[in-house]
Amino acid sequence: MSVARPKPPAPSEDKRWRIVETRMRRLGNRPDALIEALHAAQEAFGYLDDDALRYVSDTLTVPPSTAFGVATFYHYFTLKPQGQHTCIVCTGTACYINGATQILAAISADLGVQPKQTTADGRLSLLTARCLGACSLAPAAIIDGQVEGRVRPAELVARLEAL
Amino acid sequence: MTGAPDPARAEPARAEHAARQRLDGIVPVGPVRASAYVCEAVSCMSASGLEILTGLTSQVAGASLTDVAVKRVGCIGLCAAGPLVRINETGELFSHVRPDALGPIVEALAAVRPGAGPVPEPAFFARQMRIATENSGRIDPENLGDYVAVGGYDALRQCVTSMTPAEVRDQITRSGLRGRGGAGYPTGLKWNTVAKAPGIGKYVICNADEGDPGAFMDRSVLESDPFRVLEGMAIAAYAVGAKAGYVYCRAEYPLAVTRLRKAIREASRAGYLGASVLDTEFAFEVDVRLGAGAFVCGEETALIASIEGGRGTPSPRPPYPAVAGLWDRPTLINNVETFANVAPIIRNGGDWFAAIGTETSKGTKVFALAGRVVNTGLVEVPMGTTLREIVFDIGGGIVDGRAFKAVQTGGPAGGCIPAQFLDMPVDYESLMGVGSFMGSGGMIVMDDTSCMVNVAKYFMDFCREESCGKCVPCRVGTTQLWMLLDRISSGQAIMDDLTQMERLAAMVQRTSLCGLGQGAPNPIFSTLRYFRDEYLSHINERVCPAGVCEIEQQAVIA
Repeated sequence: MSVARPKPPAPSEDKRWRIVETRMRRLGNRPDALIEALHAAQEAFGYLDDDALRYVSDTLTVPPSTAFGVATFYHYFTLKPQGQHTCIVCTGTACYINGATQILAAISADLGVQPKQTTADGRLSLLTARCLGACSLAPAAIIDGQVEGRVRPAELVARLEAL
Repeated sequence: MTGAPDPARAEPARAEHAARQRLDGIVPVGPVRASAYVCEAVSCMSASGLEILTGLTSQVAGASLTDVAVKRVGCIGLCAAGPLVRINETGELFSHVRPDALGPIVEALAAVRPGAGPVPEPAFFARQMRIATENSGRIDPENLGDYVAVGGYDALRQCVTSMTPAEVRDQITRSGLRGRGGAGYPTGLKWNTVAKAPGIGKYVICNADEGDPGAFMDRSVLESDPFRVLEGMAIAAYAVGAKAGYVYCRAEYPLAVTRLRKAIREASRAGYLGASVLDTEFAFEVDVRLGAGAFVCGEETALIASIEGGRGTPSPRPPYPAVAGLWDRPTLINNVETFANVAPIIRNGGDWFAAIGTETSKGTKVFALAGRVVNTGLVEVPMGTTLREIVFDIGGGIVDGRAFKAVQTGGPAGGCIPAQFLDMPVDYESLMGVGSFMGSGGMIVMDDTSCMVNVAKYFMDFCREESCGKCVPCRVGTTQLWMLLDRISSGQAIMDDLTQMERLAAMVQRTSLCGLGQGAPNPIFSTLRYFRDEYLSHINERVCPAGVCEIEQQAVIA
């Protein structure tokens, strides 16, 4: 029944496209692999650019508008490159009760960066998370993938400055 | 026992040295005199990663303790005191362990005598009853053999070899188990609906999109006992006639995802999943699908849309997923904790489970205790335990000896329960009765440093951001409610705003499409019901009694 369709070429020679390609192929290059494919692309490249969205949508035969819609619907996906370092501050209920608001205020005041922004020198991206599930360590933050518990605003700012 | 090979027993005894040493633990060849259980769940690992496990492994080997085991286990529960190491034989618990100070643990391991009595358990553990989390902190979550050694997969074997699907469903119905994701729908009824729905190619989905801020039960269960969840899913699939299943897990839980994927691989290899489960005709395949940070995907129709690869927006029900769910096939969706309760119910019988708990809510419930409480962590108690027992006896009371103000349950759709209800037994109905909600089990304790107007504003901000935008009452209503709350909390509101807010909240509750919008006004209702005077102080006196809200003291225009 199905007509063989030429496989769209990867946007560049970059070997990381192979990872994305493999993940899509494992799921049969079906449209429902969209979210998994976007995860693979973001894992490989750190963010989703136009090339990635177009490559994924072409391979899975979904309209580019759908791929863009899905990528912007979910908070986990980012369309902008991240800074050299990332700091994710948890804003879940337990962290809120234990002072996450003050932590964000301290970082913003000291480093001049708001949540979802990257510092002008591209050194640090500040992000927030709904809940890291590390509620017993509240307030919690993730610095470059490492979970930090019982964070104090001044100490965290000092650590971020020293990165 | 016949059937699948047991990796633990099949392990060849390569006795070149007294012990088989790896980086991640020691399994002595001979009898075990003492064993150290090192907690390797996110909470404890965040403090020191793998250093405690590897450090203890090498120190025990270095001290030539050839009859001492060291192993990785899942969440021990008392996360507040982590990182934790527990000596299994005596129950001795080492808290706040540092990788550079493991000496006392090694000495304690060396001193364990055979037959030594257990040390008295701290109240935190003694008051609990563990069913869904019975293996948490006791088995290595990455080792199938460990799970099988404590009776794992006995229930599945019993189902597929000696019970009909109807008999399995009957046991679940008799147990009185209700959905642990929050709404409390009777599990047996749901299974029967899916089983009776016409059509082939049914699906079983495990909802592990634990989006409630302040809840981490599902993460902990998946990190500590992933095989248990898979066994529950396989039993469910057998009972309803499904051949394929998905675990929809948050991408924010990387350790849970890793362990789950590993568990699926191992269980498939050992014949507990796959084309012929335990050499029978029953086939069941499971795959993991990652969420991508959308709270609304915890709603079942939105979750299905997300698995299908699209935006996670809910659809009107009916048709319910039990009739037309994933790819329009009959689909059973249960929460992680619900599936974790299935195997013990089959093993011990539905009546055993039904004997625990209250009249309408059977069994136990896992709560994630967090906020301003001393013993933050994971607790499992019989339904009907009072809030006072949970917060004060198990939780150890309020941090710094401050005054208890409220406990928030049910996440953003829940409510705040004030001190006057501390002696209320906790079950689905009693929580509804006081204007809250069981939810998935997050329990956030608040003291007098929390302003209830600000708490309501916090949750409304959450709902406003997480609203998927499909229906107007939720998309516009939550934003308007947030603006009204912001006006109140910044001291700029008049009494008419409060009236307006109450009317709008009732409208959003009545007319929203899914649970997100319908539940969003609950924090407003419950805080108004019990803490109305705080709202009035913000409006009339322009004062935040807790000193949280920033109110500019402007000159009041006469």
